Amino acid sequence: MILAAPVAGLAQSRTNLGTPLSQDEIKAFDFMVGPEGKELPPGHGTAKEGAEIFAKQCAVCHGQNGQGGAVQRLVVGSPGNPHRGTFKDNEKSAVSYYPYPTIAWDYIHRAMPANKPGSLTPDQVYAVVAFLYYRNGIIQETDILDAKTLPKVEMPNRDGFVPAKPVWPPDPKKPSWY
Amino acid sequence: MLHSTDDPKMGMPVQYIHGMTSCSEWTGVPLSVLLNEAGLQQGASWLVSEGGDDGKFSHTLPLGKAMDDVMVAYAQNGEPVRPEQGFPLRLVVPGWEGPSSVKWLRHIKVVDQPYMTWNESMNHSIMRADLGGKSRWYHFEMAQKSVITRPSGGMTLPGKGFYEITGLAWSGGGAIRRVEVSTDGGRSWKDAKLQTPVLPKAHTRFNLDWTWDGEEAVLQSRCTDERGEVQPTLAELNKNWGITDMAAQKTSRAIHINAIQPWRVDRDGSIHDAMFS
Repeated sequence: MILAAPVAGLAQSRTNLGTPLSQDEIKAFDFMVGPEGKELPPGHGTAKEGAEIFAKQCAVCHGQNGQGGAVQRLVVGSPGNPHRGTFKDNEKSAVSYYPYPTIAWDYIHRAMPANKPGSLTPDQVYAVVAFLYYRNGIIQETDILDAKTLPKVEMPNRDGFVPAKPVWPPDPKKPSWY
Repeated sequence: MLHSTDDPKMGMPVQYIHGMTSCSEWTGVPLSVLLNEAGLQQGASWLVSEGGDDGKFSHTLPLGKAMDDVMVAYAQNGEPVRPEQGFPLRLVVPGWEGPSSVKWLRHIKVVDQPYMTWNESMNHSIMRADLGGKSRWYHFEMAQKSVITRPSGGMTLPGKGFYEITGLAWSGGGAIRRVEVSTDGGRSWKDAKLQTPVLPKAHTRFNLDWTWDGEEAVLQSRCTDERGEVQPTLAELNKNWGITDMAAQKTSRAIHINAIQPWRVDRDGSIHDAMFS
């Protein structure tokens, strides 16, 4: 049984298990930031601020300026010159591959740096994201990223995904192994 | 790391090529029960789940699947889920690729659109030549697939005579309806016996008696699931994906790719991966 439409209304709890949470408790717990960036917290950062943080906490693995490091390459493209067109398999790790500007924020905030995940403040995450977007040629060095401007950043590879937005159920005209 | 590096001199073992699949007995609570307890709001259509690992791994799930057969599991094979497998609670999304089954479950958030987590957008998308180099993302369901596990790549048959060909078949779309085995390079096929019980979206073992005459032979299996979907040949998969050289796709054959797997038995009894030859 697949529900084709959203479930309406509120069900009555049968068991009275669980504890309702306040909005504040949820905020303290909720790391999820969606593509519209509705959950982005207050804060701001620029590429210059991000460069300092990156050099201290990120370059050790990701290389100076996000290239040439031991782990995933974060930069494909260059300031003022974003990568257009298809990516190679080993270029997918660059932030310019991502379809939405909020993805880098969500991921860096929850999972980076790898030795101390979740230790960056929102300001620091905005700054590091700004630095990476600048190095990938997505924004200018002086652009300020915050909860309002970040979701509006135009990602060069937004059209690089099929289907444009994931759908469920999938296309019935294709075989299941498509 | 599982990558399809095919050394023609080596017989790559089946575990290495196709081993990213598992089947266990899970005990838990249907996610639909928990969602109904909490109460779904108007407009709910997707959900995001998150694990309590260091990186708080997150993954999206359509609400339709969540309400269908997704389970919040606390036991695996009759014991509490082990730390490596996601203690104390994890999602089990039957028939779907593994990343959806978030371990060390920490948070489920019901939302109104797909949330495009990092793993789904970057890691779990594959670039396809038939899509002009664009990426297909959101590979959810595991398609119907079967593979002979014995005799298979890397093994050696000691001599002519009787062998029981055995393997596993599975489909994210339901129960396996039939598995056919060919021992002559696909010219003819015989129905294998399915080991009961045959359960939907679960590993199904198949067996076929075979007498090897000592000559070169190519063994392969082909499954059909309850929807009537038949496991494709590599050529069919290539055609549907618009690819001429699957080996160059650099995608492990353990994931996304469910093409028929031929094993070539040489006269000396050695068995080789023959998918790309």
